Amino acid sequence: MYLRHLQVGHFRSWESADLALTPGPTVLVGRNGQGKTNLVEAVGYLATLGSHRVSADAPLVRHGASQAVVRAALRRDDRELLVEVEINPGRANRVRVNRAPLPRPRELLGLVRTVLFAPEDLALVRGDPAERRRFLDDLLVSRTPRLAGVRSDYDRVLKQRNALLKTAKLARGNALATLDVWDGHLTELGGQLLAARLQLVADLAPYVAESYAGVAGPGADRAALGYSSSVPLAGDGAPVDPARVLPGAEELAAALRERVAERRKDEVDRGVTLVGPHRDDLVLHLGPAPAKGYASHGESWSFALAVKLACFALLRADGDDPILVLDDVFAELDSGRRAALAEVARSAEQTLITAAVAEDVPAVLLGTRVQIADGQARILPGEPTEESAATGEAGVDGG
Amino acid sequence: MYEGAVQDLIDELGRLPGVGPKSAQRIAFHLLAAESTDVGRLVAALQRVQAEVRFCVTCHNVAETEQCRICRDPRRTLDVICVVEEPKDVVAIERTREFKGRYHVLGGAISPIEGIGPDDLKVKELMTRLMDGQVTELIIATDPNLEGEATAAYLARLVGPLGLAVSRLASGLPVGGDLEYADEVTLGRAFEGRRRIDA
Ligand SMILES: Nc1ncnc2c1ncn2[C@@H]1O[C@H](COP(=O)(O)OP(=O)(O)OP(=O)(O)O)[C@@H](O)[C@H]1O
Ligand SMILES: [Mg+2]
Ligand SMILES: [Zn+2]
Repeated sequence: MYLRHLQVGHFRSWESADLALTPGPTVLVGRNGQGKTNLVEAVGYLATLGSHRVSADAPLVRHGASQAVVRAALRRDDRELLVEVEINPGRANRVRVNRAPLPRPRELLGLVRTVLFAPEDLALVRGDPAERRRFLDDLLVSRTPRLAGVRSDYDRVLKQRNALLKTAKLARGNALATLDVWDGHLTELGGQLLAARLQLVADLAPYVAESYAGVAGPGADRAALGYSSSVPLAGDGAPVDPARVLPGAEELAAALRERVAERRKDEVDRGVTLVGPHRDDLVLHLGPAPAKGYASHGESWSFALAVKLACFALLRADGDDPILVLDDVFAELDSGRRAALAEVARSAEQTLITAAVAEDVPAVLLGTRVQIADGQARILPGEPTEESAATGEAGVDGG
Repeated sequence: MYEGAVQDLIDELGRLPGVGPKSAQRIAFHLLAAESTDVGRLVAALQRVQAEVRFCVTCHNVAETEQCRICRDPRRTLDVICVVEEPKDVVAIERTREFKGRYHVLGGAISPIEGIGPDDLKVKELMTRLMDGQVTELIIATDPNLEGEATAAYLARLVGPLGLAVSRLASGLPVGGDLEYADEVTLGRAFEGRRRIDA
């Protein structure tokens, strides 16, 4: 899939931007702080309804504006879809596809698929488990959109249950009488989420090993994935064994129920839910040790890159290239890793790259260049692409 | 920010459900520009609901007398009670003309986040009604969202020992939704196809 057109309004530093895009690599160049990342962040928002830089939506809306708009023409399966998201911090977003409003914004998830690699991804290796859970769940939802509902229901049940546990100690009479009911929801939804995550980790692991070997070069340690869970699972946290049969959602729900019962007293004492996929972690193994706490800076970067390349390969194997977004990453990589990344980026159906100077980007990717300066995006003359030649126009306008 | 009275009005309007700051401002300025007789009618309507509308002593639906119109209606059967969250759900179900029994309005759903537990709802009152021996069937028509499901599951367990037939509206209702917004046909079908809960 690829974006044929991107428009934003009141998004971050942009008053407005209107950019015709083409398949293949496009490099956004411009001095620091001109709004390059802001544009690719908007593309990422269409895919995940979130930003790769901030967890709240408020910073995405331009100072002084009350809402931001991101609009894109998506080519996918030989069709063109017009996707529009209105970002309303503090209120529900509004999403339209081909001008028809979706009943719920999350129904957009899975339509635009991106794999975004940015300096922030170092947190995949070095950050808190929450970063890795979010990574897994975003990938999960992009492969299986139905799970967006499971994830958001699970989060809601968790909030309700935590609220109940918090008040349970001081509460009157039968406050805990409703805990069983929330347990039922928690373990059923948790079982589904857990089963899906385990399957995903198993699917992704071989691609991670392969990508890491390609990125880190010969002689490097072997990269592997594991999943560490709050319910006892066979081989918990260890590198996944492709021969192992994974437990299904119902089996996992039963295991969760059992564990919840065991920990009930602790949960009431501490006033929080201690069992469930919200406590789990994706474990990155490098050779004999976990990457977190052991891997060098360079190894951590390679691992983060390998994970993202693995996502790309996995989604590609599902049948359609996701849009590859590379935010400011070439300057951070040495020549071997640049070459490995450039190889994938060149083969992708569409790659959007940001860089302060074009020299940072491998020459094979310097097809279409867009100059970002003074609130404007302008396609630089070069070999004219089919698209820009046909429409005769480039990007326009800013404020 | 506007001066005193205008800002007070905007603030009050903004506290109403579904009214954001922008709409609150629009409504306030509409009222400022409106004829004083129009505003007078609105004020009178507000005062009347305050003074005259109360809740049915039996089912807790809104009523203008001690009992609501449905509870007073001798044609409604006494053996089936349909439990809903809010009075607006009664209106939605009445529109389908599928249901001939009586209602019980809980006044919300279980939601610990909002500090609402069973004791904050008309659950005890429901149990008292069920004890009188006339009721043989209970239909739980709470909203098809997590809080509604949790409330339904809780009630089903609670009334289990009474040995009534307990059922939940059939699926087909949009999940995560609000009974109020289900169209009549869908809601009517959900009623016919209600499924038995074995507590
Ligand atoms: N909500 C907002 N409203 C207005 N301006 C904003 C908003 N959010 C961010 N900015 C501005 O956007 C600019 C950063 O844009 P962006 O991160 O896209 O830069 P960049 O071109 O990627 O730069 P670099 O090369 O340093 O990565 C900053 O100057 C910041 O002040
Ligand atoms: Mg940047
Ligand atoms: Zn009544």
